[in-house]
Amino acid sequence: MTRGKGEIVFDHNHDGVDRRGFLKCMAWAGTGAFCVMKGGVLNSYSLSRIADLAPAQMKGELSFAQISDSHMGFNKPANTDVAGTLKAAVDKINALPTAPEFLLHTGDISHLAKPEEFDNVEQILRSAKSKDVFYVPGEHDVIGDDGKGYLERYGKRSKGSGWYSFDKKGVHFVGLVNVMNLKAGGLGSLGTDQLEWLEDDVKPLSASTPIVVFAHIPLWSVYPEWGWGTEDSAQALGYLKKFGSVTVLNGHIHQTMQKVEGNVTFHTAASTAFPQPEPGKAESPGPMKVPAEQLRSLLGITDVNVEQGKEALAIVDSKLG
Amino acid sequence: MNLKHRYLATVVLLAAGGTAMTSATSLFSRRGPGGDAKSEVKIDNFTFAPGEITVAKGTTVNWVNRDDIPHTVVSDDKTTFKSKPLDTDDKFSYTFSKEGTYTYFCSIHPKMTAKVVVK
Repeated sequence: MTRGKGEIVFDHNHDGVDRRGFLKCMAWAGTGAFCVMKGGVLNSYSLSRIADLAPAQMKGELSFAQISDSHMGFNKPANTDVAGTLKAAVDKINALPTAPEFLLHTGDISHLAKPEEFDNVEQILRSAKSKDVFYVPGEHDVIGDDGKGYLERYGKRSKGSGWYSFDKKGVHFVGLVNVMNLKAGGLGSLGTDQLEWLEDDVKPLSASTPIVVFAHIPLWSVYPEWGWGTEDSAQALGYLKKFGSVTVLNGHIHQTMQKVEGNVTFHTAASTAFPQPEPGKAESPGPMKVPAEQLRSLLGITDVNVEQGKEALAIVDSKLG
Repeated sequence: MNLKHRYLATVVLLAAGGTAMTSATSLFSRRGPGGDAKSEVKIDNFTFAPGEITVAKGTTVNWVNRDDIPHTVVSDDKTTFKSKPLDTDDKFSYTFSKEGTYTYFCSIHPKMTAKVVVK
């Protein structure tokens, strides 16, 4: 595998873990994932490297793209044009030789859960060739009204506070909500009702079914000091132990980070809006101001690709601009 | 800067810091002309500051968000007081009419916790 500048590629074919890169933080590049599923294994390609790929590498039974943390309505110096950077992400997706079947948005669609913010994102995403968009809420999408506005808009095919699952070409997708009913001092939370639903949801599936779980706050402990984790994620992952291929896609931390643990590969996507500091590298996780000419290079789109018959999940991230 | 100057500068800074802290403390518990105490908590860098304040019964505590990310001010029981989302420079206030210790947090960044002690 190649390891380009600003990219992390895990080669865990040998023992499941690249020890050196077990947990690596790759600053800002990448905001989503172009995912190609080939018989149940996910591969990922950087959009910026699409031109280098053989057409065969781009093809599978299923492809989708992940975008995250568009924070529509944010207008502080870290990025005064979040609509523009979201559009740039959509342009990159549209430039793919084959349009992804659908888009996943892993939350913080809006900055303040205002109807016009959601409207703006929907309008921008309408310009994507991929027409179907699956959402999960971020904490900014449920701020102030406990998710009422979010659910009215996006909750039609969901249960509880917005969780749901669907199947596409043999892959089982699960959208989870871990931004509701947060407790003082706590982390992201799924809650008993959702956990019970998840257990029932995956019970009838065969162990060979590829599983893709997506939620806003990371379902692994990235940096609890900043609230970057989910308190009951271990229980959720416990229900997924029998499956051979599990991919977990998150947003929230505005940077890409990956971890491989047994059958599960975790991946956080960057934001289309603004970067946040590496864990513990700043006083707080607030937006990072970077020079304007650098901003677009720090925001991007990630491709993920699934390929059958291989143990590895490779995720490579690309930059905007 | 030579070593001696640096030492002097440190002493001056420490002294200035001490003065600032003293005046800030008095600001946080000053009494208004009508006898009502007022108190301010600043939200910045994902932190409530001061993280703990002690006020007299009847005090109105004002929170102001100086962060470039929205926050909320919500009592741990989520019912005693609950602000709307506070965007940059937005304010929230609550008057504490009963004695007690009130712990609160930001409901979207729950690692942000603080308390108001009312005596």
